[in-house]
Amino acid sequence: MNRHTGPAPETPDLETGLYTWTGKSRRWLLKQLPPEKLLPEDQPSYVASWAYVFGMGAVAALIFIIGSGVVLSLNGPQWYHVSGLGHFLNSAHLWSVELFFMFMVVHLWLKFWMAAWRGGRVLTWITGMVAFLVSIVTAFTGYLLQTNFDSQWIAFEAKDALNAVGVGAWFNVANLGQVFMWHIMLLPLAVGAVVALHVVLVRAHGVVPPLDAAETDAQLKYPSGSAPENEADQP
Amino acid sequence: MHELLRQAGRAITPGTYFGWGEVTIQSGNLVIIIAMLALFVLALLLPFPGGRSRK
Repeated sequence: MNRHTGPAPETPDLETGLYTWTGKSRRWLLKQLPPEKLLPEDQPSYVASWAYVFGMGAVAALIFIIGSGVVLSLNGPQWYHVSGLGHFLNSAHLWSVELFFMFMVVHLWLKFWMAAWRGGRVLTWITGMVAFLVSIVTAFTGYLLQTNFDSQWIAFEAKDALNAVGVGAWFNVANLGQVFMWHIMLLPLAVGAVVALHVVLVRAHGVVPPLDAAETDAQLKYPSGSAPENEADQP
Repeated sequence: MHELLRQAGRAITPGTYFGWGEVTIQSGNLVIIIAMLALFVLALLLPFPGGRSRK
């Protein structure tokens, strides 16, 4: 609803909407993730390193996984087991997953030795770990969907373990239809949501500086123009 | 049909395994782990192209 009456607001846009949940949400979001943080034009000099490319490498692999997976799921196993293009896309899906996990593991190692949870980045670290765990479950259901002797073997080995921990009634790996729904819908949504949250948190807090650059983290903590006057106040 | 059965038979070959005492690992898994370790080391050692001209 537009406000046609009353004086023009004297406070800046950021301060309005104090009494509505939409206004409060907007103010909170703009404070946490201003546009210059969400889509920055440059990064600190230490980001120009191979150690900082593997996270985005994993995201690129995930895009290939989702793209090839959509085509595979629309055409089905009777297509990708017998046609040349089907074999190709099936293999592209597999190798995208291999690259996804390789990049994710190297990213994990590099961030672990960088102590990447520093500077209020605990949630970034936790969402990364959750993304890794959910991806493992998603990859497992992918193994079950090969619809060959391998997947049959894996399903009947795994069902005993899942029954032993008490989830077999809800997560029945021998039920191909159920596994299909988990693999093409529920788990990809979970992976996508956690990865998106992880990337947004990286944007909100900035990429973690190397250990020896911790004292010069000004650009990340305070976006350009908002740095405090007293340099000693910086963490 | 015979071709499918022949391909299925080829698909269930166990692969190559390496073992040292209690440790056994399939060749594909070993290759992946070595590749990841190599990427980790190279990421730390190799210079980033155009890095000096960046802000």
